[in-house]
Amino acid sequence: MKPILELRRVDAAYGPKQILKAVDLTVEEYGITTLLGANGAGKTTTLRAICNMIPRVSGEIWFAGKRIDRKATEEIARLGIAHVPDGRGTFVDLTVEENLRIGAYTRRDKGLAADLERMYTYFPRLKERRRQQAGKLSGGEQQMLAISRALMLQPTLLLLDEPSFGLAPLAVQEIFQMLRTINQDGSVAMLLVEQNASIALELADRAYLIETGCVITGGPAAIIARDDAVRRAYLGY
Amino acid sequence: MQSFWQQLLSGLANGGVYACIALALVMIYKATHLVNFAQGEMAMFSTYIAWAMIDSGLPYWAAFGLTLVVSFVGGIVIERLVIRPVEQGPVLSIVIVFVGLLLVFNSLAGLIFGYTIKSFPSPFPSGAWYGSKYMSSHEVGMIVVTLTILVVVFVFFRFTRLGLAMRAAAQNPISSRLAGIRVGRMLALGWGLAGAIGAAAGMMAAPIVYLDPNMMSGILLYGFAGALLGGIDNPWGAALGGIFVGILENLAGAYVVGTELKLTLALAIIVSVLVFKPAGLFGQAPVVRV
Repeated sequence: MKPILELRRVDAAYGPKQILKAVDLTVEEYGITTLLGANGAGKTTTLRAICNMIPRVSGEIWFAGKRIDRKATEEIARLGIAHVPDGRGTFVDLTVEENLRIGAYTRRDKGLAADLERMYTYFPRLKERRRQQAGKLSGGEQQMLAISRALMLQPTLLLLDEPSFGLAPLAVQEIFQMLRTINQDGSVAMLLVEQNASIALELADRAYLIETGCVITGGPAAIIARDDAVRRAYLGY
Repeated sequence: MQSFWQQLLSGLANGGVYACIALALVMIYKATHLVNFAQGEMAMFSTYIAWAMIDSGLPYWAAFGLTLVVSFVGGIVIERLVIRPVEQGPVLSIVIVFVGLLLVFNSLAGLIFGYTIKSFPSPFPSGAWYGSKYMSSHEVGMIVVTLTILVVVFVFFRFTRLGLAMRAAAQNPISSRLAGIRVGRMLALGWGLAGAIGAAAGMMAAPIVYLDPNMMSGILLYGFAGALLGGIDNPWGAALGGIFVGILENLAGAYVVGTELKLTLALAIIVSVLVFKPAGLFGQAPVVRV
């Protein structure tokens, strides 16, 4: 498998506070990679560093053969990285369908209507609520909307920041099932950041573990899931 | 009764101008969360540019269109050169820049064009409108022009891809960037549109209030009152508010408070909206989760 995203010794800091220390990480084409870690370990920061949303980042970030660590956030999105941010980033005053159209803003092809329909088949609830104000959706529905909005960009890489956060178990299951379908359907690779390690390891084929800003281990998800330290710390059995 | 209708319709004509100014204020408010105090002076300066073009022999509508273009570009340039550097700064820095812009445009207009009051031509025939007893042709023209502008702007924001992106960028810049929207450009575009809309309002008002560097001070106040009344975060509410203030101003001026106290009415509206319904009639009260 070819790598689509590579982080090479990436440091990141908010002001004087260093969060990421020499992070090395690879996401393979078409694959699902998960980055696990506790609260405050640097998971969200890693995703933000990829999209250049942090004032101070050093090291190299390569995407599809291009170095992107000096590019502006909107240019990185235009290269094909879609980011489902933490907090979901909903445009609360706009309708559900307008949110999806914003996701497709950079595209000029004719496949827009077909892609809207594709999102509505992934998440039929969005279709029922297409004319509603997006801020009025439930947390689970807003997460579905955030994922769909990101997919409307037709990305080759999808960054997902804790899609299970704050959702009911049933909604989490529904969303993770859809993520699998989306990954099989399309040609989109995923980098999934999660606190819920068991569900993430089930979905992913590769996993990394991050603690206080350092990647401490990485490898095939099945092997990481059997690792004793990981089991005790993140899976709780 | 005849004079009542006359007052009502000429209030509607003024209201169209206030609605445009209110709309321009809202567009900048949406992006910066501040009221652009220089909006009136920018419109005044644009009107002088139109006057200079007409004075040098250009036909009215050519000057009108060119002025819109110049004001659009001017708005973008102001955003890029003056607003962008303080965009992330504290609120007061931006307010000071707005006040500074107001003074600069006011003085520049005085310096270049002089402080003597000039008359500004109307493109519409003089006299009453088709023998109607109620309105002058200019007032009818004002209503048509300002309503056309409001409709065009509405259609642009509601139905075009670019309009949607501009709304998105003002509402949630971070998510917009993640969708590949060049937020900086959208904000600059907003300033351009505000500049052009203000210019049209200035050119429509000038034949009535005459052209001088302070011509817009009252109009800005009425426009601001209208924007607040309708809801400063809601463009269509603000435009309706502007029209309403225009009508109210004329009727109250004729029948209640007299012309001398008309401007006080605008202040009274501003104060009462801020006290009793800060979000305005159509605005959304901000909900903050704690």
